[in-house]
Amino acid sequence: MSDLLFFTEVTLAGLGSGALLALTALAFVLIYKATRVINLAVGEMLMLGGYLFFAFAAGLGLPAFAAIPLAVAGGGLVGAIVERGLIRPMLGENPISVFMVTIGLGSVLVGLVELVWGTDPRALPAFMGTTPVFIGEAYVSRKIAIAFVVAAVVIAVFLTLFRFWRGGVALRATATDQAAAYSCGINVPGVFSLAWIVGCGTAAGAGVLLGSIGGISPAMGVFGLSALVVVIVGGLDSVAGALVGGLVIGLIEAWAGTYLGGEYKLVTTFGLLLVALMIRPYGLFGTTEIERL
Amino acid sequence: MQIGTAKHSYRADEALLTTRPQRLWMALFALSLCAAPFLLDNYWLYLACLVAINVASATGLNILTGYTGLVSLGQAAFMAVGAYTVGWMQLNLPTPFLLNLLAGGFTAALVGLVVGLPSLRVKGLYLAIATIAASFILHFVFVNWESVTNGNSGLTLTPATFLGTPLTDYSQLYFVFVPITALMVLGAANLFRTRIGRAFIAIRDRDISAEVLGISLLRTKLMSFAISSFYAGVAGGMWAYFFRVVTPESFPFVYSIFFLAAIIVGGMGTILGAILGAVFMTLVPELLRFGIDWLTPVLPNAAAMLSPVRTIVFGLLIVGFLIFEPKGLAEIVQRTRRYFHLWPFKK
Repeated sequence: MSDLLFFTEVTLAGLGSGALLALTALAFVLIYKATRVINLAVGEMLMLGGYLFFAFAAGLGLPAFAAIPLAVAGGGLVGAIVERGLIRPMLGENPISVFMVTIGLGSVLVGLVELVWGTDPRALPAFMGTTPVFIGEAYVSRKIAIAFVVAAVVIAVFLTLFRFWRGGVALRATATDQAAAYSCGINVPGVFSLAWIVGCGTAAGAGVLLGSIGGISPAMGVFGLSALVVVIVGGLDSVAGALVGGLVIGLIEAWAGTYLGGEYKLVTTFGLLLVALMIRPYGLFGTTEIERL
Repeated sequence: MQIGTAKHSYRADEALLTTRPQRLWMALFALSLCAAPFLLDNYWLYLACLVAINVASATGLNILTGYTGLVSLGQAAFMAVGAYTVGWMQLNLPTPFLLNLLAGGFTAALVGLVVGLPSLRVKGLYLAIATIAASFILHFVFVNWESVTNGNSGLTLTPATFLGTPLTDYSQLYFVFVPITALMVLGAANLFRTRIGRAFIAIRDRDISAEVLGISLLRTKLMSFAISSFYAGVAGGMWAYFFRVVTPESFPFVYSIFFLAAIIVGGMGTILGAILGAVFMTLVPELLRFGIDWLTPVLPNAAAMLSPVRTIVFGLLIVGFLIFEPKGLAEIVQRTRRYFHLWPFKK
């Protein structure tokens, strides 16, 4: 029976990292829905969030409950600056150019972080405790359990906001039809800013969670690539797709990493991505784009 | 607005060089390329070889991305395919190195065909992401197909030999690489005077219209992938003969971004753009190094700042060019030319 127990533990760990993937994918989807920009710098925003938390908690000695909101707010601030400074001037340009702008931005962020904090990986100050959690007999690392709960709560809050809050409705309206939303009195540029602020803040928060599990380093933006796979598999403009895709990819990565070996993790994810693209080019839950001449 | 360029035939209209000053400049440029190895020291020759390799690969990516409108983030992986093919042939077969380079190109073209298959169903950013996936899968193959690639430790090549002399000196390699690159660039320039090249451009501008006009999207897109990967494969082969060691980490994902950045900075969809972009992006990190060396007496830890500063400048160049000069360096050149055409009349 220990094999089954081991399998359960691996699965639970996979669900934990899947929740983080879903959270990061949500940041992607949020920005894509509102502005039609694929933000490849989300991985780097994640990294920046981890480092901001490190700066506030270890550098300034702030307690975690103050440092986490500050890191999230810092991420949001960077998002606002990026939206106004880089993305707004590119409005209406070829989507590929905008995509490349976010790649350039990612490179700038990595360079800045390396300049300020150096290239060595660091550990975040512990704020979650280490007592393991047991679900039945299965062991789950406390950090992963907390990350899962936090991600689940944040995602639930997001879903509620999308449904009931004015801003959330405005965002969905903008995603459906910008011109129509604008003529209904929705401040569409404001929605763009809002989506970037919330998206980058979310990514920064996910970075704090991810960093507290595995430590932070300038290369941790690679996590963003996994999240990219999630949104492509789930559908770029689908919140539900981000959730389902996140959990599925998290599980598959965990299983592939454990049963096939660590080096199979990325390859399985990307192989899955290719298959998904061949079968359903617009993702499991994405909107099919119809082209006419 | 040019005077004295009346053309009497379509042939003259399509010629690569249309005016006498252009021919003169080109001749001067060719002459300086021939003279360079006798004037430059070893370090600059090293850079010149590297530039030649990058120009070849960037021209290939420009065919795919700049002219056909299919964004690829897998150029470095195709180069790796070429480099591994050349490395394996150099070590196991007695074939001459030019043949190895060709074989590297054709192997990369085959892989490019396979990677291009998703382009039938997806396009734009989805395709870019599919090529990211392909490049990570290829990396995995390089690490794990040990009987051919020797895993993580990679292949160590013997130098290429030409008529019995091993090519080890940078000046010798220069005389091999620069003509190959020049041929490849010439080939690309001529490609867009043919039906296939025009079909690429039609697909870029509007693929559905192109299909209505009778261009087979499937065949043309795959052909574009194959040609572009062929360029990458030959460039990768030259890379293998240049550094003489090929490991899975020789062609990181960032290198693919580098080529995309090069054609953006240079100017997408122009032959000149790929050349200028590759030269510029290869030399900027070196200029930064000079800058840092110069700053070292003032800032004691300047040397440690080199790598982050390069990363930042790399990103800023991409962002800056896209926002302020979306048509790249080639457009600056055109603007300068226009200025001199109109010079006495327009102040």
